Amino acid sequence: MYQYDTHDQAMVDARVAEYSDQVARRIAGTLTEDQFKPLRLKNGLYLQLHAYMLRVAVPYGTLDSRQMRMLGDIADKYDRGYGHFTTRQNIQYNWIKLEDSPAILADLATVGMHAIQTSGNCIRNTTADHFAGAAADEIADPRPYAELLRQWSTFHPEFDYLPRKFKVAIIGSETDRAAMKLHDIGIQVVQNEAGETGLRFYVGGGMGRTPMIAPVIRDFLPPLQMISYLEACLRIYNAHGRRDNKYKARIKILVHEIGADAYRTQVEEEFAHILTLNLEPPPAELERIKAQFVDPGFDAAATDAIDLSDPDFALWVDQNVHAHKAPGYAIVTVSLKPVGGIPGDATADQIRLMADLARDHSFDELRVSHAQNIVLPHVKKSDLYAIWQQLDAAELATANLDLISDIIACPGLDYCSLANARSIPVAQKIAQRFSDIGRQRELGELKLKISGCINACGHHHAGHIGILGVDRKGLENYQLLFGGSEGADTSLGSIIGPGFSEDGIVDAIEKATDVYLAKREADERFIDTYRRIGTAPFKEAIYG
Amino acid sequence: MGETLIRLRDDAASTAPVVALADLASETNATAVRVLPGEDVSALLPLLDRLELVEVAFPAYTDGRGYTSARTLRERGYTGELRATGDVLIDQISHYHRCGFDAFLPNQPITRAAVDKAIATWPEVYQRTVDGRAPIWAARHG
Repeated sequence: MYQYDTHDQAMVDARVAEYSDQVARRIAGTLTEDQFKPLRLKNGLYLQLHAYMLRVAVPYGTLDSRQMRMLGDIADKYDRGYGHFTTRQNIQYNWIKLEDSPAILADLATVGMHAIQTSGNCIRNTTADHFAGAAADEIADPRPYAELLRQWSTFHPEFDYLPRKFKVAIIGSETDRAAMKLHDIGIQVVQNEAGETGLRFYVGGGMGRTPMIAPVIRDFLPPLQMISYLEACLRIYNAHGRRDNKYKARIKILVHEIGADAYRTQVEEEFAHILTLNLEPPPAELERIKAQFVDPGFDAAATDAIDLSDPDFALWVDQNVHAHKAPGYAIVTVSLKPVGGIPGDATADQIRLMADLARDHSFDELRVSHAQNIVLPHVKKSDLYAIWQQLDAAELATANLDLISDIIACPGLDYCSLANARSIPVAQKIAQRFSDIGRQRELGELKLKISGCINACGHHHAGHIGILGVDRKGLENYQLLFGGSEGADTSLGSIIGPGFSEDGIVDAIEKATDVYLAKREADERFIDTYRRIGTAPFKEAIYG
Repeated sequence: MGETLIRLRDDAASTAPVVALADLASETNATAVRVLPGEDVSALLPLLDRLELVEVAFPAYTDGRGYTSARTLRERGYTGELRATGDVLIDQISHYHRCGFDAFLPNQPITRAAVDKAIATWPEVYQRTVDGRAPIWAARHG
């Protein structure tokens, strides 16, 4: 994976110095809170309901064991012994003191980490397929492009005060594991008929209040023009994106209002101009980065045989282990969704254990998935049982990947100052209701996503079952959506009827799963049955 | 207002009256123009030769349209004074400078020393813009 050179390190060190100075000026009172707020946000520091929250960047979700260990140590040293992995492949700490934040950034900088642009109206941390470099179905590892993009977007002087936040996701497989079409820009590495590699640009997707699936703006871009094309995409948005209403300021609204064709025309015109300016890093730079993402030294003698005589282990292998491109290897997903737990949370000890497992068994690499789990991308199949035993002892071996209890949930009203309703207790109650793993497996793949407000941080629009918490006359109320999906079959869920109380929403979901079990054909998933039979049978069972 | 103009240029400051962008075409003797957020600087491009001052207004520093206006003018060949006015704060100075601004007229006075320090915030830069700085990729590959 990518290692900082002296240039990258100098940039991060400069940021620590700049931020420390800003905090000192705030504490001294020479910066007002209004002036300080956008500055701290660009360092991922939010003021939440109970304390400051610090969001640390994990660029394209990839990190090594040294970095992971530091994340655990920070949880112990500055927080309450745990951290929260997010849908943006980052980690958040919920109980931070303002005066500690410069020291945290200094600690992070010692392992090449930071909180740069993890909030604010700027280009956010770029996300990527969490199976990048390991998936059996990959055309190309998207991370070299993501790293090139990381560098270009870091402290970009023209695009630091955009109309609104800006999120880019990049994938290199036909299978979309990054919800790419629901980002401001989604980039897919593709091959044309001549076998040449190119980049397909989707622009103007997003969730939030007004969910939209991004249209294709450029079908095939030569990879060595990526930065120039991004400059053009962002420039048109910065100049013309709406600033009169923050809820209409994302690029999806611009693309929707002027139309994809008009946006494309403007971008192409600007792109032609930008190509004359030689802003693109040379081919050698992409090659330098690619060289750091070459395959680790896979053992050619690794075997595919796994002893599955332990039934609990066999269950976990079946549910949480994916095919790897190298023979004898597998991709392990460590579920951070134990029944009764908080989705995405991990203790400092758990974080350090996962770091050790990555060091010893996964070529020193880990990934954070947007589904708030941790991935060990390169594991020898012959090591799986030993890894599982250690995970199991640390309560990290829940075999529920992509099942109904593998819930994405935002922090909600337990932490977040924007939330209208709590998300965590709802997730816990659903997981408890369906705690029997056999029952969960009978229901099959069922992606359930919960947001505690309309901003949709819990991706409720993209859940096969989505839950949106709202405030109804001072009471928490939960709306139920069906039919959302991310990936190749991206679709947006629809609200099916009146909302529910916290207990009522759990009952409603149980009724919906009963309908599915009664109506499904062959190997249909919940989403497939829903798409085939429509809303009516579900509404009748739930409201009837 | 307590305004203090800080210029990073050696030539004399323009004393010409500053006209609105919409009036520039009809005010054929005008050499100084003000650009507001949302105004399209492409209207200035045919007139760049006669301009010695472009003021780009930042009514609120969080409105970043002026960065695109400035960088566009420099990319298209404007060499006169490019002045950021309004809610111009020290923490944005390095970005202004990287986008081509070479003069600042902030609502709240800031010192020349603070401006120089702000411009020196970043030891290196990742992007090629219009300030002439070589990006990190150039340093890596000569």
